[in-house]
Amino acid sequence: MIEVRNLVKKYGNHLAVDHLDFKIEDGRIYGFLGPNGAGKSTTMNIMTGYLGATEGEVLINGHDILKEPEEAKKHIGYLPELPPLYMDMTVREYLEFAAELKKIPKKKREDSVTEVEKLVKIKDVENRLIKNLSKGYRQRVGLAQAVLGFPEIIILDEPTVGLDPKQIIEIRELIRKLSERHTVILSSHILAEVREVCDHILIISKGKLVASDTPENLEKMMGDADTVEIETKASPSQIRELLKNIPGIEQITCESGQDGVTCAQIREKRGEDVRESVFRAFAENRQILLTLKNVHVSLEDVFMELTQRDTVPDAFSRKQDDFSRSRAENVNITVKEEKTQSVPEEPDEIAENPETEWVDTDREGDEEDAGNL
Amino acid sequence: MLAIYKRELKSYFQSMVGCVFIAFLMVFTGIYFMAYNLMSGYPCFSYTLSGSLIVFIVGIPLITMRSFSEERKNKTDQLLLTAPVSLGKVVMGKYLAIVTVIAIPNVIFCIYPLIIKSQGTAYLMVDYISILVFFLLGCVYAAIGMFLSSLTESQIIAFISTFGILLVLYLWDGILSMLPSSALSGLVGVLIILSVAAFYIWQMTGNAVLAGAIEIIGAAAGIITYIVRSSLFENLLSNLLGRLALANVFTDITSNSIVDITGIVLYLSFIAVFVFLTVQAIQKRRWS
Repeated sequence: MIEVRNLVKKYGNHLAVDHLDFKIEDGRIYGFLGPNGAGKSTTMNIMTGYLGATEGEVLINGHDILKEPEEAKKHIGYLPELPPLYMDMTVREYLEFAAELKKIPKKKREDSVTEVEKLVKIKDVENRLIKNLSKGYRQRVGLAQAVLGFPEIIILDEPTVGLDPKQIIEIRELIRKLSERHTVILSSHILAEVREVCDHILIISKGKLVASDTPENLEKMMGDADTVEIETKASPSQIRELLKNIPGIEQITCESGQDGVTCAQIREKRGEDVRESVFRAFAENRQILLTLKNVHVSLEDVFMELTQRDTVPDAFSRKQDDFSRSRAENVNITVKEEKTQSVPEEPDEIAENPETEWVDTDREGDEEDAGNL
Repeated sequence: MLAIYKRELKSYFQSMVGCVFIAFLMVFTGIYFMAYNLMSGYPCFSYTLSGSLIVFIVGIPLITMRSFSEERKNKTDQLLLTAPVSLGKVVMGKYLAIVTVIAIPNVIFCIYPLIIKSQGTAYLMVDYISILVFFLLGCVYAAIGMFLSSLTESQIIAFISTFGILLVLYLWDGILSMLPSSALSGLVGVLIILSVAAFYIWQMTGNAVLAGAIEIIGAAAGIITYIVRSSLFENLLSNLLGRLALANVFTDITSNSIVDITGIVLYLSFIAVFVFLTVQAIQKRRWS
């Protein structure tokens, strides 16, 4: 188990890691997700003892990485961003060197090297010099080095960079296989990869931890309302008039397109499906509806939402609060700010239908909000 | 430590650097041996060795330049620093590998006095001690080179800076003779050294009060001593800095057959200091 407490890393005036706090439980696959320069590699380097932290501490199975480095490092296998390979050694020599460095007893050394070679499928190149290997093979040798001795925690910094699709799939399978016996932490900026492999995602942005949950929960959290997208020839004011009385609509954002076509995003409350009512409303009023489709919030949206805005932590914590509360009480709770804004404008609506919360979106704040989703 | 030592040693001979160094040293010594001992019939091998000293100045930077700078550039230091091995052991492993490379030609040198003996009188004691001191001097140079290599990512910079420092140390006696010997200049010199030390302390600790206090107290003590007994400052600079002429311990043996035990202790302390500084330089980089 790894505990990271209040971790800070400063490079001069630049804050690379900003008060990180998280726990890594045993036997799961964790994904570090974040845009370039978010501090993923720095965090991993500190966790493995390569760099010292400005503040805070890292405990590996209860051993502080700085105070008891040798004890703590025994539990970790690390593949850095650039595999640390000695180009003038053969694969076999290199792995035997790494095994000795990791204090694997002499008798077991041969066997464990052979075992990892088979595991990452580099047995057939074991007598070649590393400098003559392709990028993909080098990456695998680096991975073999990390897995060597089967430490409890395996930390992989962007393990699939530079690999071809077939190799990527192989490495993913390998990671899944490893997770049966080990805790695996991997970093990536490729969402699909993290989504597919990891049990738990930690999203880091500008050195801060902005989200930590399972992929499914993250999607749910952000997608507490699914969105229906429509294209119509009605004007925004007509749309508003038409949809006014449909319960289950939370927010409407209109955007005028070309040729008199208006595109509108209708945010539904969770669990509601308003497509039928929307269709009926348009049909009954003889308005032309060109498109009507459901848009799901994907992990990509979550990622963008969390990492692209300056106000990320607030937005996230608010949503997280809402989410956890709604999970507990099993009621729909809408974002408070919107409620307070809409109260003075449309008191009747609220009074009539207290559960329905729908907001005129021509206002600036909502426009911005919608644009980002 | 053993793993790193073995890997380093192997890589010295795989990358030819070790072979080139040994060959270079052997060829030069061979030429001097031919000229002095065999052709001119001079019975001391130690004298031949003093000619080879210049080879160290080029050769040692050659073998130390890559020790840490290459690791850092290729990021292989990540493997060493995240392995369950303490940093001190990593540095010692590497240093011992360099020392081994330097030891190989010195072991071969041990044959030369026997060759001389087979042809007549030989001064074995002096010759063997001079080989030992020659080897130790190489180890001191290697420690300096390794330290400089740990400061930079570029092998070229490591080579040039080590070469420069070794060359200055080699020419140190000549440089010292240019220093003035009057008492006043001794005082000025002491004050300059003091100021540099105070500035360094200020840079390292960021504590202006501490550095200022050291500067003021030191300067006051120096000036008072100067007023009371100015004769103390005569030749002070050349005496003080003359200690840095490391090769003197060795040349004393070769030219005068005088073995200075304090000199050997000085060598060992220099090695310890620079190995320690190497560890600290790498530690510092982890924290900044």
